[in-house]
Amino acid sequence: MNDLAEIISQNEETIRAEWIRDMSKSVQRSDLMSQTELDEQCRSLLSAVVSGVRTSGPSEISGAGWNKARELLLELSATRARQGVSPSDVAIFVLSLKKPLFTAISRSFSGNGEKLLETIWLATEMLDRLSLVTVEAFVASREELILRQQQELLELSTPVVKLWDGILALPIIGTLDSARTQVVMENLLQTVVATNSKYAIIDITGVPTVDTLVAQHLLKTITAARLMGAECIISGVRPQIAQTIVHLGINLKDVVTKAKLSDALALALDRSGRAVVRKSSAPVNAMSHLLAKKED
Amino acid sequence: MEKIPVLRMGSLLLITIQVDMHDKLALQLQDDVTERISNWGSTGVLIDISSLEIVDSFIGRMLANIAAMSRVLGAETVVVGMQPAVAITLVELGMSLPGVRTALSVEAGMELLFGAATDTQSGSGDERPEA
Repeated sequence: MNDLAEIISQNEETIRAEWIRDMSKSVQRSDLMSQTELDEQCRSLLSAVVSGVRTSGPSEISGAGWNKARELLLELSATRARQGVSPSDVAIFVLSLKKPLFTAISRSFSGNGEKLLETIWLATEMLDRLSLVTVEAFVASREELILRQQQELLELSTPVVKLWDGILALPIIGTLDSARTQVVMENLLQTVVATNSKYAIIDITGVPTVDTLVAQHLLKTITAARLMGAECIISGVRPQIAQTIVHLGINLKDVVTKAKLSDALALALDRSGRAVVRKSSAPVNAMSHLLAKKED
Repeated sequence: MEKIPVLRMGSLLLITIQVDMHDKLALQLQDDVTERISNWGSTGVLIDISSLEIVDSFIGRMLANIAAMSRVLGAETVVVGMQPAVAITLVELGMSLPGVRTALSVEAGMELLFGAATDTQSGSGDERPEA
């Protein structure tokens, strides 16, 4: 097996030159990485492969000797995944090493057919495994990206807005599941503390269906808010949802519910001792006011 | 032995919990509060738990108990400044503390207690039913 390491280290220069040339034929992404960067990546990977073959052998990719090569490949596929390169392109990066490597091997064992076949088999197995490492790393980094975006979506979709001094509104859009309820609850309670708000209006206009589970989540949020000293009002109950709530026998007796967000706001204003009144001097129609001025 | 101070402010009792509650401390507080109410004839108890970061079911029950005992002795209890994490924990533990009144800050709690005092004088108390 050390033959392989010797061949690679002896012919490193030629292998790398051919490798880079082959690669630039198949996947030309000069817009994503510079020639020097690619050169550097090939150089470090080749030397890592040599040390891996020397210490752990070509078939033990998970061995300690391959740590450096694996790290390099992980980093490489992670950066390329972020750049938007397809996974096959990343695998080709490793697989295109085959041709120059095989050429070097066949040059070394030109007279010995059996030895040649054995070494080529070892080399191809090793490169296949290395390319699988890149694909796996690629998928893992994509997975991580999706997870992060999911989290961001979760937080984006539950804004808490301040309607008035001491009155918050929480428009919920989409179905409430346990994970979302947790985020909604935490967001709401933290904003209640931060803004010192006594009233919180939970608007469920955007919730498509209310089943017992959703109702339970809502009640939990309301109870937690009450424990902190804030009062919750549910608004945006559509006729259909009102029917479902009654048919399911959900107990919302201790919760104030309103049909419209405006009704809930009016209630919250009233309870906090405020009233909205029309200015007596305000013109009924702004345009007529302007016209009257012009005539003067 | 550490002890939670119970301060007298006119007809109210002010209790600020600033240490981690353990069971013995909670029981001691229960004794102290009931004794002070009957000694001083207090009409309101205000418990500030804004520094309390960890609760368990025992502490939750203790809060409910103090409120119930105070009511028996003729004083209204308001728990103020509960942290979001504490509120979530209590809800997850299934303790909604139905007999306890709550407020966002000490100021709001005082207002509530003074309002309750005038309400009971005029005979229109709006006490929450104990569940």
